[in-house]
Parts: sequence; structure tokens; C-alpha cells
Amino acid sequence: MSGFTALLTRDLRLVLRRPGDVGVVLAFFVVATVLFPLGIGPETNLLARIAAGVLWCAALFAALLSLERLFAADYEDGTLDLLLLAPWPLELAALAKCLAHWIVTGLPLSLLAPVLGIAFGLDGPSLLALGATLLVGTPTLSLIGGLAAALTLGARKSGALLALLALPLCVPTLIFGAGAIEALAAGEGIVTHVAILAALALVALATTPWAIAAALRQAGE
Amino acid sequence: MAPPLLEVTGLACRRGGRMVFDRLSFGLGEGQLLALTGRNGSGKTSLLRALAGLTPPEAGTVAWQGEDIARDRESWRGRLAWLGHLDGLKGDLSVIENLLTAERLRGGEAGDRLDGALLAFDLTALAAREVRTLSAGQRRRTALARIVLSQAPLWLLDEPLNALDAPAQAAFRAALQIHLSAGGLAIAATHAELGIEGRSLELGSTLSSTSPPGGGEEHDGDVA
Repeated sequence: MSGFTALLTRDLRLVLRRPGDVGVVLAFFVVATVLFPLGIGPETNLLARIAAGVLWCAALFAALLSLERLFAADYEDGTLDLLLLAPWPLELAALAKCLAHWIVTGLPLSLLAPVLGIAFGLDGPSLLALGATLLVGTPTLSLIGGLAAALTLGARKSGALLALLALPLCVPTLIFGAGAIEALAAGEGIVTHVAILAALALVALATTPWAIAAALRQAGE
Repeated sequence: MAPPLLEVTGLACRRGGRMVFDRLSFGLGEGQLLALTGRNGSGKTSLLRALAGLTPPEAGTVAWQGEDIARDRESWRGRLAWLGHLDGLKGDLSVIENLLTAERLRGGEAGDRLDGALLAFDLTALAAREVRTLSAGQRRRTALARIVLSQAPLWLLDEPLNALDAPAQAAFRAALQIHLSAGGLAIAATHAELGIEGRSLELGSTLSSTSPPGGGEEHDGDVA
């Protein structure tokens, strides 16, 4: 486990050295979502109805923004070789990288989204539901995005390719994440939606680390 | 003579559809150094990567103490210290942070050995500097300090002398000498003279018509 924590700490420390990188991602999220109320105008009902979808989509795009560098930086400076040659499973290294990504993007996005939801005129319970679904759903985005980042490692135009690979795989998470707030508005509970989001996250957790490790080994050849 | 610790048998490697080397066999025992020479593209780096297990070889086996490394990859990786042509350092971390992190990623703790590794490559004054502010030679020295720190029995080095000035080259030789006298093994791909007695293996270049394509030719050093 010491290697896992060492890698997680290293990645978090690297982010702290360049807080601007995370700042840009969060700023993109804020700007992208705030454009909607500005563009659509003060139609509170309409805004409240589309809020969940808009915030979820914006969170997805924001998470993708920072994924391109997830493994590319290690690939370029040669530290990826050190991970490939570390005497513990590469799958754990993949998990540590995705966890670090979630801590610096998924987590702050989940906390920020309810605040932005106010601009869309969402009520209290909806704001809470939005935060909760994002907390459960964003780990899936980090894991799937991590896989896309590993697969596109070394490719030209990897950013666009990454989005093309990751976005379709994120559709189920998006549907149930945004659907939870609609369900709440329709008077149903959000438990089913949160449970499905958790199940999706667990499936991603149980499969992507192996796929990421395989893709990284391929890139290291 | 004791059987060699590291035994390579019939190793072949294919890169981009082309055989880089074929039927390569050699053994390396305690305290021995093998210098890989050969022209650009002759497969020195490919051989190092195949030995490390980064690239699966086309054919052949690598065995450590008689056991095929493919059977237990993790223990094998624990025995290696790897210096690629890239330094493997994070620019935003300091020299010390890089060394400590690399050691933890190997599952160890640097502890008291850190000072010795810094001293060996005259890095003590640079210890707190961020690596991106260092010169290429200073970075290479940091990467070499990482190798010394690892205490791995087998060093795989790709052009270790790259960017090093004369004092740093001397420091590298001293460190390598200590490693070898302690019973360590080292395989180094190099263009320059390493300045340490050891065996050398010339990898045949496909550009040269005098040596068989992809074949290897082994020489014994002046003193075995």
C-alpha cells in the first residue's frame, strides 16, 4: 500500500504546486454553466428544469479537460517507466492516479455545483440531490476518463480522441445523475438513481484499473 | 565459477516489424558490469527494455538465479534500478522530493541513505531546488542518485554519462564501482568509455554489413 499512497501524495502535491491547473477547470465549469441562464433569460421554470442536465454535462466536460494530462505528463518525463517498473501492481497505480484526479476535480465540482444551482432557481432539496448525485457519479467519470487517457497516450490530437472515447461511456452516469433531480421534482425519491450511480461507479472501479494498466503497459513498450 | 545470477538465453526483439536483435545469449554474475555498445539503432535501448520487462521479447528468456523473470514480475521489478534516456523526474518537485518519492514508489524508505546519495553526486546544495530549474547535467545526477538510493542488485542504465561533466562522470564511476564491489550487477548502454573494467557486448547494427544483422558479439574486458 505504501506505493499507492506515495503515488497519490505525489500527484496531489504536484497539483498543489500548480493550483492554476485546477483553477482553470473549475473556472470553466462556472463560466460554462452561468452562460445558460444568461443566454436563456429569466425564465425560472425552464431554467430549473434544465439545470440538472446542464450542470451534469458541464461537470463532465470540465472533468475531461484535465484528463488529457493524467498520464501524458508521466509519459513525457519518464516517470511512467518508474510506475511500470515499481514492484507492486500497476492496477493500483492506475487507481491512485484516478483517485487523485477525482479529489482535485470530481470532489470540488460536486461541491461547487449546488452553489451554481442557485443561479438556476433550484430549490433546497434539488440542490442537495445535485451535490449527492455528483459525489457518487463523478468517480465513474474519473475512472472512465482515466481509461480513455491511457488509451490515447502518445496519440496526436489526444484531447479530442479522449473525449470521443470517454463521452459515450459516460452516458449512463449522465442519464441517472441528471434523472435524479427530475425524479425528485416528480415527487419520487432519488434513492434508486443514487443506487444505480453507485453501481455504475463500482463496475467502473472493478474493471477500469485493469484496462488502464494494460493500456499503460502497451504505451510503455 | 558460480553460475551467473542473470542469464539471458536466445533473446530476440522486434521493433516496428524489424528484428533488432536475435538469438542473444549472455550471463552476468555478481559484481560484473556489461557495457552495451553499438551504433544508433542497434538495439541497446530495446535490449534494456526487454531485460526490464517493459517490452515483451519476441523469443527467448531472461532468468534470475535460474528462475524465469516472467514467472514473478513483481519480485523482478524489485531487483531493478532503471535509468532510461529520460531522467524520470518531476520538474515541479525538488531534488529531495523526487528522490524520496521514487524510493517510496519502489516500496522502500530512503531514511539515512538519502544524505549519502545526495553527497555521492554533489547534490547537497541543490537538494531543495525544484528540478525544472536545474541544468540537464544536474538532472542526470539526480536521476543517478535515485539509482544509488534504490539499493537494487541490478542496474539497467541507458546512456548514464549523458550530459555529465568530468567531475560528475567521476562520481558516477565511483558509485558504480561501489555497487559492483558490493556484488551488484550493472548493464549500461553507452557510447562513451565507461572507464570501468567489465565485459562488453556489441550489438550488431543493421546498417553495417560486416556484422550479421541483429546479431550480437561479446568481448571479455581486459580484466575479468
